[in-house]
Amino acid sequence: MSFLRPETGASQHATLPQPAPLERSAFLPPVHAYRRARGFSAVYQGTRSALRALRANALRSLLTSLGIIIGVGAVIMMISISEGNAAAINQRLSALNPTQLTIFPGSARGTGGVSSGLGSAQSLTLDDANAIAQLSHVTAVSPLINAQGQLVAGDQNWSTSVVGVAPPYQQIGGWQLQDGSFISQDDEDSGHTVAVLGQTVVDNLFGPGADPVGQSVRINGVPFTVIGVLAPKGTTGGRNADDVVYVPYTTARQRLSGGRSLGQIVLTADSTSNVGLVQNEVEQLLEQRHNIANPQLDDFQISNQLQVLQSVQGTNQALTILLVSVASVSLVVGGIGIMNIMLVSVTERTREIGIRIAIGARPRDVMTQFLIEALVLSILGGLIGIVLGPVGAWVLTHFTTTPFVLDPLSVLLAFGVSALVGVVFGFYPAQRAARLDPIVALRTE
Amino acid sequence: MEQREQWQADGHRAYPLVRVRQLVKNYYLGHTIVPALRGVDLDVWPGELVALMGPSGSGKSTFMNLLGCLDQPTAGRYLLSGVPVDELSPNELADVRNRSIGFVFQNFNLLPWMTALENVELPLTYMQMPAEERRRRAEMALTLVGLRTRAHHRPTELSGGQQQRVAIARALVTSPTLLLADEPTGNLDSQTSVQIMGILQELNRRGLTIILVTHEADIAAYCRRQVRFRDGRVVGDTLNSEPLEARLQLTHDHDHEQEGRKVTS
Repeated sequence: MSFLRPETGASQHATLPQPAPLERSAFLPPVHAYRRARGFSAVYQGTRSALRALRANALRSLLTSLGIIIGVGAVIMMISISEGNAAAINQRLSALNPTQLTIFPGSARGTGGVSSGLGSAQSLTLDDANAIAQLSHVTAVSPLINAQGQLVAGDQNWSTSVVGVAPPYQQIGGWQLQDGSFISQDDEDSGHTVAVLGQTVVDNLFGPGADPVGQSVRINGVPFTVIGVLAPKGTTGGRNADDVVYVPYTTARQRLSGGRSLGQIVLTADSTSNVGLVQNEVEQLLEQRHNIANPQLDDFQISNQLQVLQSVQGTNQALTILLVSVASVSLVVGGIGIMNIMLVSVTERTREIGIRIAIGARPRDVMTQFLIEALVLSILGGLIGIVLGPVGAWVLTHFTTTPFVLDPLSVLLAFGVSALVGVVFGFYPAQRAARLDPIVALRTE
Repeated sequence: MEQREQWQADGHRAYPLVRVRQLVKNYYLGHTIVPALRGVDLDVWPGELVALMGPSGSGKSTFMNLLGCLDQPTAGRYLLSGVPVDELSPNELADVRNRSIGFVFQNFNLLPWMTALENVELPLTYMQMPAEERRRRAEMALTLVGLRTRAHHRPTELSGGQQQRVAIARALVTSPTLLLADEPTGNLDSQTSVQIMGILQELNRRGLTIILVTHEADIAAYCRRQVRFRDGRVVGDTLNSEPLEARLQLTHDHDHEQEGRKVTS
């Protein structure tokens, strides 16, 4: 039985509907009861329709996302660059032993005075070093004298720093021996002319792979016997740690530095947490031994490598926080952009909202729709930013010496923040949409 | 009211679909109260085709909004299928609009970026119906209004009459018990208006209760019952013993196409 057509109707009308016959008198079968559960399917539907709405306004959506793109990209880029910097600095600082203290002779007063006074004053004695060795929490103490030496072996010669040290220095410097042995207490006590060579020195004087132990080498014209070769440490932060020669401290003092007094005293504490304690003990001990009542007038200065390490790392951390907070501001600005456009969108689509409410959308449905739209905008922006940020950081590392480091946590964080921005700044417009009066909304042109 | 008595005699249709008692709606403009409805009593029985008539400002649109659960009355009772709608929560009202009521508007109110089929599917998405069943039902509803072949057209690619038929399909897709049409032919030419009235009459013949608002006597003439509003009150409730039959007119008009497209007396 056809619809709208009387039995008498002979001819076809061009625009008349021609529906299929229906069962009984019902116009459509009844709808089963559905649970109005909001789950994955609602989010899926919402995301699909949000993508569609955003595609309808592609340019506007892109411009809106731009704030988030730049924000997320900048945050990732800044974190990457800061971490690259930190990695470079840490590499340079890895030669430092955090438990090591160095005592320089000379006054600490005035920066100019320090540089000229350091090492030149004759205030530190071997007895000072021996007294320090008796202190608790001190694991090793060695006096140290730095000299520049011209080394000659056969027809080869090499200029490098020659350092006079006591036997405990092996432990302080963390040196392993490849061949032979380190300076012994007997060498030290008797002032033997023996030398321990770094790998670079061996390579240059005897050729790579040679075993020079037992051979003779002249340092500033004085013949020394090679008793050991140090295991290579490699280059750390531009300084070649293997380009060094160690001789007994007494020998260096008598034969190489022209009878000069003790250069420095180096010592190590038993742990990083005791470094401060040991430093105070040493300071008190030396003040007592040198009869100094006022710490301002100390004739020595203690340098703490842990402090150097911490201050450099602290500076880097502060820089990171600064850069990331500047980048975060752009994320917030991006969020405000999203809020602005979502408000415009709600106003523009007032009628659509009215229609949706009229056909049975709950306030929650409308809210979800606009929230998902804001979320999709910010997450899409975030994803583009996640691609652009590392690319920017990578390009920048090509103009600087810092290595390219990408922390997956920073990417995750930036992405999470962009999603959060979407929810936070999308909430108010979505709420406004959900609270629209359907009658007013339907009347809107 | 012999029709009503007959329904009541049927027993299973003894209760009105819409029962309104002393319905009052006031609007507030600043501190002034603007009364839109001043106490309306009305029963609409299952299977009726009712025209609400009256000049603009008479309260008929306000009444439609209340019937459609788009607005809450200031005072009075509104029972839809015996359910006191005035006591429902916003979410329950949304479900009533979704399942029990179908809306047809003067300006169609289709979403322009969606195809006809997607527009018809929209109410079903709000009852979380699975996509496959949603599509099947929407296709059935479009078939019902004769637009199965236009399912993938967007509203802008359809004529006014076709757009209104899509809107009717959207209103029908959830199998509502009540169809509310606010000036459904207001934006259509007279020929198309008759077609739309033909569809509504056919749906009514199949058992759907329809209430439509119109200020055109021509359109009201297709309805068996005519309720007149004036100044927020019902001032007339008459039965039209011989309503016009749109299907007869369409064929009649077709047979006399040479004489013009005038379809109403």
